Amino acid sequence: MLVFIIRRVLLLIPILLLVSFIAFFVIELPPGDWVTTYVAQLRASGVELSDAESQRLTNIYGFDQPTYVRYYKWISGIVTRGDFGWSFQWGKPAGEVIAERLPITLAISLLALLFSWLIAIPIGIYSATNQYSPIDYLATFLGFIGLATPGFLLAMILAWAANQYLGFSALGLYSTEFLDKPWSLAKAIDMLQHMVLPLLIISLASTGSTIRVLRGNLLDELKKQYVVTARAKGLSELQLLFKYPVRLALNPVFSTIGWLLPSIFAGEVLISIVLSVPSIGPLLQRATMAQDMYLTGSIVLILSTLTIVGSLISDIYLAWADPRIRYGGLSK
Amino acid sequence: MQTTHTLLVDVQDLKVQFSLHEGTVHALQGVSFQIQQGKTLGVIGESGSGKSVTAQALLGLIPSPPGKVVGGRVLLNLPTTPTSTRVVNLTELKPNGAELRSIRGKEISMIFQEPMTSFSPVHTLGDQIMEAVRIHYPEVSKEEARQRAIEMMRRVGIPRPEERIDAYPFQFSGGMRQRAMIAMALVCNPRLVIADEPTTALDVTIEAQILDLLRDLQSEFGMSIMYISHDLTVVGSVADEVMVMYLGLVMEHAATDELFTHPLHPYTEALWRSIPTIDGDLDRLTPIRGALPSPFAVHPGCPFFSRCEKRIVGVCDTARPPMVEARPQHWVRCFLYTEQGNPPQ
Repeated sequence: MLVFIIRRVLLLIPILLLVSFIAFFVIELPPGDWVTTYVAQLRASGVELSDAESQRLTNIYGFDQPTYVRYYKWISGIVTRGDFGWSFQWGKPAGEVIAERLPITLAISLLALLFSWLIAIPIGIYSATNQYSPIDYLATFLGFIGLATPGFLLAMILAWAANQYLGFSALGLYSTEFLDKPWSLAKAIDMLQHMVLPLLIISLASTGSTIRVLRGNLLDELKKQYVVTARAKGLSELQLLFKYPVRLALNPVFSTIGWLLPSIFAGEVLISIVLSVPSIGPLLQRATMAQDMYLTGSIVLILSTLTIVGSLISDIYLAWADPRIRYGGLSK
Repeated sequence: MQTTHTLLVDVQDLKVQFSLHEGTVHALQGVSFQIQQGKTLGVIGESGSGKSVTAQALLGLIPSPPGKVVGGRVLLNLPTTPTSTRVVNLTELKPNGAELRSIRGKEISMIFQEPMTSFSPVHTLGDQIMEAVRIHYPEVSKEEARQRAIEMMRRVGIPRPEERIDAYPFQFSGGMRQRAMIAMALVCNPRLVIADEPTTALDVTIEAQILDLLRDLQSEFGMSIMYISHDLTVVGSVADEVMVMYLGLVMEHAATDELFTHPLHPYTEALWRSIPTIDGDLDRLTPIRGALPSPFAVHPGCPFFSRCEKRIVGVCDTARPPMVEARPQHWVRCFLYTEQGNPPQ
């Protein structure tokens, strides 16, 4: 098992390098760079700027150097000094800008994941064991609604409804009166209240899909011969359900942590913009618009790392839960 | 009388239906038989003859819906003291209820056909064998249950059971898995073991080993066996008496030697002709003509009528033939052995 984990962790290094490489080059793809955007902005606002001056800016920021040189400088800064480069837009190190927002993003994503499991797993199990019952139909109906409803639309509707009927402004992370106050219990409660709506909406889509996945898997498992064998041994239905088929049916659910995280991040972008939650999503969106390339690259790199780590956690879980995977690689 | 004391299972007029979208399948249309303690009953029939449904009914395992026991009784004699017995009607017990569960695995256990899919792939074999002990003997400690599992694995011929008990099903060969399945079925020392085609998925040499093992275990533990197969030679080698089934009806029932030397029913005769023998003439190997009728068809007469070579039109297709004792202790469901089939001249 330890060998398995070490091998998987070592495999992460080349993957991460490749990801950083791709992230950097994708950002380079659109024509122009931050200086051209900046110069265009200055000129648009009436500042006289000579071509020599804009050339000087390009030299200062190193945009005249070839891409691979800049990639090397960027990645070696990250690896050796933890320096993610400079955010032109914010005028401070990119690492600092991200650090301000990463915790809230991680908290929202992980809580949304747990929240969706908390709802989806019991419903999925009930749906499969009571197939074609009224509650199964209801869960199926709501599951598809959850899958099909765009999160940002729901965010707008619910934010409006909360304001209209509850008199509660769901936008932002704190109410205005707490914005500049130091931390207190009241502020924490206020923050939790503001977290409810984004959490609910972000977890909705994955809740729908988890219900569907679990229901389908469990229906497959329930038909298998080993379920009859266990029943023939005299095991009670409830013990049987949780010991055998549910355990096997949950594997695909937990093994999707890896690709559920990026989809939560992606869904989170729009919802956070709508609800003005100061998370990574809106930051990435603005940085991309402004061609703030080191910031964009660093965010993409960090999100990719989290996704890969998520996959690693899935793999470790699967190897722990399923002996066929644990022993599969070793016996050959 | 000796026989009444050793009667273990008494199935009386058991009827099972499956209500499907396409129609109703009368899987068992009144099946009656008895199993004596320590004896082996062989059940023979083609696919769809109702052999497996009979086995499922004995354990209350008929999937419901769509299946339903619509008639008959399955009486199980459970000796409480050396002189008295308690009779339980299994068809009246609550599905998956506590009383039925206390019988499953403890009094009646089952060996399934496919040893690969019959074990959970993610639990060790030991865990699954011990579970049977732990369900029925909650007072037994985990360590004691483990010892019993190891002992039973050794008994069924699994080498190094102390190590192999922690192995997973995919680490076992097919034959070893079936041995583990037998260990699991026997670990609670049941009165009846139902073996539903236990060797069908195995190759012939392993099959012979498993059959030997079952015979040895029976002489050691004294349990009854209901051996279900479509293979006549296998059933002939293990069973004390044989029951031939066709479309949910028992067609012929007799002691094994009697049935093999004097097959009476045209269906049994046809089955016999379709087995190759080492010294036999290959030309005589003839398949049964026609095909199994649709499972949804309702037969007012004999279900074998459409394929029978000795059918009497006007008799066999109008009423269901009765079960008659055509020879001593040899029962057959055919008009040829009744007055209707042999009208007085």
